[in-house]
Amino acid sequence: MISVKNVTKTFGSYKAVDDISFSIQRGENVVFLGTSGSGKTTLLKMINRLLEPDSGIIAIDGVPIRQRRPEDLRRSIGYVFQNNGLFPHYTIAENIAIVPRLLGWDRQRTEARIVALMEKLRLPPVQYSAAYPSELSGGQQQRVGIARALAADPPILLMDEPFGALDPITRSAVKKDFKELDELRSKTIVLVTHDVQEAFELADRIFLMDKGTVVQEGTPDQLLFEPAGDYVRTFFEEQRFLLEAGRIAAGDYPALISAFDKFKNRHR
Amino acid sequence: MDHTESLWSFMDQQSAKLLQQTMQHIGLTFISLFITVLIGLPLGVYITRNKRAAGLVLGFAGVLQTIPSIALLGFLIPVLGIGPIPAITALFLYALLPVIRNTYTGIIGVDPGVKEAALAMGMTGWQRLFRVDLVLAFPVIMAGIRTATVINVGVGTLAAYIAAGGLGEFIFGGIALNNTNMILAGAIPAALLAILLDFLLSLVQRAGNRSRRFTLGLLPLVLLLFSSFYVLPLGYSSRLLAGFTPEFMGRRDGDIGLRAVYGLEIRTVVISDAVMYKAIFNKKLDVISGYSTDGRLKAYDLVTLDDDKKIFPPYYAAPVVRDAVLEKYPELGPVLNMLAGRINDSIMTELNYEVEYLNRSPAQCARDFLVKQGLYKAPRNGARGIVRLGSKIFPEQYILTEMYAMLVRGYTDLEVSSKTGLGGTKICFEALTHDQIDMYPEYTGTALLAILQPPLAETGRLTGNRDSVYNYVRDAMQRDYHLSWLSPIGFNNAYALMMRRGQARQLRIKTITDLTNYLKKDRS
Repeated sequence: MISVKNVTKTFGSYKAVDDISFSIQRGENVVFLGTSGSGKTTLLKMINRLLEPDSGIIAIDGVPIRQRRPEDLRRSIGYVFQNNGLFPHYTIAENIAIVPRLLGWDRQRTEARIVALMEKLRLPPVQYSAAYPSELSGGQQQRVGIARALAADPPILLMDEPFGALDPITRSAVKKDFKELDELRSKTIVLVTHDVQEAFELADRIFLMDKGTVVQEGTPDQLLFEPAGDYVRTFFEEQRFLLEAGRIAAGDYPALISAFDKFKNRHR
Repeated sequence: MDHTESLWSFMDQQSAKLLQQTMQHIGLTFISLFITVLIGLPLGVYITRNKRAAGLVLGFAGVLQTIPSIALLGFLIPVLGIGPIPAITALFLYALLPVIRNTYTGIIGVDPGVKEAALAMGMTGWQRLFRVDLVLAFPVIMAGIRTATVINVGVGTLAAYIAAGGLGEFIFGGIALNNTNMILAGAIPAALLAILLDFLLSLVQRAGNRSRRFTLGLLPLVLLLFSSFYVLPLGYSSRLLAGFTPEFMGRRDGDIGLRAVYGLEIRTVVISDAVMYKAIFNKKLDVISGYSTDGRLKAYDLVTLDDDKKIFPPYYAAPVVRDAVLEKYPELGPVLNMLAGRINDSIMTELNYEVEYLNRSPAQCARDFLVKQGLYKAPRNGARGIVRLGSKIFPEQYILTEMYAMLVRGYTDLEVSSKTGLGGTKICFEALTHDQIDMYPEYTGTALLAILQPPLAETGRLTGNRDSVYNYVRDAMQRDYHLSWLSPIGFNNAYALMMRRGQARQLRIKTITDLTNYLKKDRS
């Protein structure tokens, strides 16, 4: 679905993304994990041409995205921002309707879609559709951000630290409702985060990034249990117990105990 | 005198004129505002996308703003002539900076997260501009437009200097005529207009999100509507066009007298005397109201029309001195009278011409003249006291003041301090009566009509006779203000209608009656 070949992006003399290649399958949930400055957001923004790579090719469904009008490309890709990026002068309904309107949907179809999405994201339309973003809480604003990205039912969803700005309680509530969205099953999701827990929770596949390159790529289990080198190992060290515990099937107490012992020994 | 009462009655009497001027003022303000928004807004948007041009454009607009308004009009006249076009251009140039700067600042200030989101949603650059950038920058842009509007209402008063009308006609006419009511009749509506427009625009600025988008579309229409208030002051359609100073327009011995006594009906614009001569020389005007000893008469080859029905009272110049000073320094009087009868119209015109067009200093001219007359004596550097000389702000007065200074220094033991360039009649006369200066040269006609302002019948009786006006003024000033009028210097710097020599000859116009008849024939 998305293929990235030898992509490099520099800002001045600083290499933000350094010769990265990968491909993502249809319906796959991929997480780019890394510290800030590792190049993950730069990579994300190149997929919908908010940034242009210096070299390399990015293609969607085999078509290089350079050959498409940026506006058309972006209208077919949902994008969720860390700080929601809602239009302060648009109501909630108008915010969600942005892409459908750009695509020229008729009024009825747009309205039906807005109502459906708001209900799924626990934003009662009666109460909120005429409200402005400033009247909503941070968690609600982020729900609107997600609804806006999904409005035109794009096959691809790009998410830049979508839960990063929320407090822990709000975050888990928003994340829970997000994960329950049935629409997501068919979507290809590329999510960027520095939160290891979140990556493990949402990813089919994780790309661990550092200094503009992918250090290791694999399933959460692969990264956890078969770390490719010291950087990967230390990256997960702090939360290893919780992560390992999370991977163990419920009720498998012997495995849990052995994981705990390993954790204790390492930290002695 | 009860000012409120008479101000009201003045405005009432002049209500048609006041309404016309107010409409013209609104029109001028909004035509230029419309053009400013039309050009300034896109320019402001453009420089948000081209940062290198930003410094250049903002810098240039900033420099325009620092040019004094009178000077800017002066620059524009050779290029654009007189009338509404240079006036609107000047207003436009002044209004440009706030509109460009606020558009730029407003758009730059829009949350970058929102701008990026707009692009990420798939908006084109133009869609983002109209749906996001301009709407969110709206309050800041409107603040700029408000500033521009207030500037335009203020600077718009100067339009009266170059025949473009507006409330400045009353303001400058009033200043020249020493008529406080007339000044206020222009100044108060102008101030109210500024406050009112600023208030209305502040309501627009605070418009909510929804009405904001609506307003953005409506704004050009409103600007156009107000712009249409400016209807060219056509009046009579005659083949000749007259340019009269604001002062002349309001005087009984000016436009009013021309109409009443001669029945002169000519298409008229109001214009400052600073640009009037140049405008007639450049054939933008055909008839002007000038002063008969003005050096420009010679410089631009103009002729004065004979005032055959004697409506212009004589304006013989004579030194006016405070009695107290003459008593303290009795030797002063005879010295100041030494010029009496020595300078006739053509000599004064010549002296004015030398200063204005040959750029000789008034002091040099004065000295040469005194030497030629055998009156010059080297200064005695005495220390008996100081005489303070004042003058109005035009060359003739500077030259006379220099002559008096040289005479006082050469013939007495008094020292002289000069306070030249005191705005107009009002300022000079107030300075004299409030003991700020000791003397200045004044004109009999000015004293009669601008200072003493006797009843109409009295003026009618006096006008036309040189000696009766002088005697009346001398006696009244002595009695009411304890001021002494010394002997007249000789020349008569009266009002006169002027035409280009060539055109006057061609149309065989020598007198104001000739002009009136020509215009009547022309119309029938």
